[in-house]
Amino acid sequence: MKKEYSKEILDEIGAKFPQASVKIHAPRRTYIRVPRDDVYGFAKFLFEEKECRLSIATGIDKRDGMEIIYHFSHDPSGTYYSIKTLVPKDDLKIKSLADFLPAANWIEREIHELLGIDFVGHPNLIPLLTAETWPGDLHPLRRDYADEHKDLKVEKSTEER
Amino acid sequence: MKRIVPIGPYHPLQEEPEFFKLIVEGEKVVDLEINIGYNHRGHEFVAQKMTWDQVTFLVERICGICSDSHPYAYVLAVEDAAHVTAPPRAQYIRTIIGELERIHSHYLWVGLAGHFIGYNTVWMWVWRYREPLLDIFELIMGNRNHYAINKVGGARRDILPEHYSKIEKYLDLLEEKNTMFTKAVLDDPVIRARLEGVGILSKEDAVAYGVLGPTARGSGYATDVRKDDPYDAYDKVDWNEIVFDEGDVLAKAKVRLLECSESIKIVRQCLRNMPDGPIETRVDEIPPGEGIGRHEAPRGEVFHYVRSDGSNMPVRHKIRAPSFMNIPSNVVAVRGYSIADAALVLAAVDPCYCCTERTVVLRNGKRELTGKDMLRLSWRKTERLRRRYRR
Amino acid sequence: MANAKLWGLKKSPWVFHVAAASCNNCDIEILDILTPRWDVERFGIVLVGSPRHADALLVTGVLNRKSLPRVLRVYEQTPKPCLVICVGTCTCDTHMFAPSYNVVGPYDKYLPVDVYIPGCPPKPEAIISGVVKALKRL
Repeated sequence: MKKEYSKEILDEIGAKFPQASVKIHAPRRTYIRVPRDDVYGFAKFLFEEKECRLSIATGIDKRDGMEIIYHFSHDPSGTYYSIKTLVPKDDLKIKSLADFLPAANWIEREIHELLGIDFVGHPNLIPLLTAETWPGDLHPLRRDYADEHKDLKVEKSTEER
Repeated sequence: MKRIVPIGPYHPLQEEPEFFKLIVEGEKVVDLEINIGYNHRGHEFVAQKMTWDQVTFLVERICGICSDSHPYAYVLAVEDAAHVTAPPRAQYIRTIIGELERIHSHYLWVGLAGHFIGYNTVWMWVWRYREPLLDIFELIMGNRNHYAINKVGGARRDILPEHYSKIEKYLDLLEEKNTMFTKAVLDDPVIRARLEGVGILSKEDAVAYGVLGPTARGSGYATDVRKDDPYDAYDKVDWNEIVFDEGDVLAKAKVRLLECSESIKIVRQCLRNMPDGPIETRVDEIPPGEGIGRHEAPRGEVFHYVRSDGSNMPVRHKIRAPSFMNIPSNVVAVRGYSIADAALVLAAVDPCYCCTERTVVLRNGKRELTGKDMLRLSWRKTERLRRRYRR
Repeated sequence: MANAKLWGLKKSPWVFHVAAASCNNCDIEILDILTPRWDVERFGIVLVGSPRHADALLVTGVLNRKSLPRVLRVYEQTPKPCLVICVGTCTCDTHMFAPSYNVVGPYDKYLPVDVYIPGCPPKPEAIISGVVKALKRL
């Protein structure tokens, strides 16, 4: 049967990133909170040294800032390592992972348009899902978004990009 | 000289509208641009305005082909957040429906892939044997698609004892036909020539793009949630993970066809070992916290993340469908192949490839080659090969 | 001349299938009616690859901001008279996507709709019956 979770990875994390705080939610679900500047190095460590695969990233608007969670999957042990970080609302910036991880390309574009977080160093930070006519400063997944789409004009013709 | 071949967003055959821009030099594809969003309905936004139970029905309508996978992953996520487990009988029921759905989805792909290379016979035959499966869904759950079998804490409907024999009977038919299809598709020299060595996705690229499901397993990257992180009844049944190293379209087709027979094996074992008992655990409230649910859908791992603040609605619900990771890998898979092969390569990840007359007139200097023409090119290539093999 | 056109339309309607932001389910059911169990081609109903050849549009899925202009353009390209047949509950109203920011509403706000076929998804029999009803109205 599968291992519960690899103890070695957690030990190594503790040694390498002393600022990370680990929370084990369930046998194969681990959440790790790291400061914003450590995320890039941490993700690189998980992807290149531990052969984790980037599953997806989640952006959440919380009261004290925007939270970004990068979900990494370690397939040999079936464990999810979710890296959480908090981006303060007055400085919505974080270093992009897309330069070494093509898998992060689309999801960072999505978070950028739905939550308005800037990914520094992303090669192509244009909207992914919303229409061409959608105003770029309107972020529907934010807390203060109050059904502003109801006032938007519906465009009936657009040229193909 | 570089020219642009647009594909999409509308097409008569495939499912979703999507827009591919093939950048070609002569016959060769040198690059690909993908533009999505024609199908964006804002599920994550709507989910935050619905109660926990309603979201099950909402996520079901993300995709009609994997309409069991999304609710499945969602209920697993909520169960993870609430620390409850479904009773054993419900776990077996959910596993059976999940596997039957895999068969129906893979058959759908085989049929459409057959159509793309001009083998409409494959399409008609495969879809003919898919039809009794939909009847079984209707028998158990009352609808041909959108089954609504999953519920937080269990299953919504029971599989009645009188249904067992009908499912068994269908599996017998399917087992015979599946062997026939596998042989017919894989032994046909023309199909082999069309699929072999086309659209190769190397293992390194597969890892970097984080591809999932048959796309990854066809490239030698063994990722399968059912093995890695077994849930429900998957660790109580015996089956094999199908992995091929070639990375071409043929490998992906092989993975899908052979997976069908594994699915038949799983369903049979589940029916045999199904325990009696209740089909649902009562879940009164979802405590504050977060949960992750993963389910191996026909196209790869479906991932759901929910966060609760103790109220009756999710605070955040993140949905990741496998195609979100698989489609970007087309950019490397299609590079270097001819336009006639592009139709097939783009379809190989089982995405939603669109091939029709474009509804937009292109600017000067760019050649207009529509999806229909691409299909015709693809068919012509098969025709040529067929003639060569006849000799 | 109009009558001749109508006569041709009724005899063998060519349909073009437009998926706006659909969940694929109605689309799959539409494809299903071509396959051996229903096989509508024996009645002369053919699925065509271009709106310019079509007599009827089968539309599925709710309209969103990005697909609305494209759907309208498909409608403009279809030779008139043409039938617009809404398949699925999403097309008749906006189903459960009504609160969404990207959904712009039901089809009849933008297009003249001839037949509504509710259901999520409607059964293939219902789709065939809907097409037949649309033809009978002519």
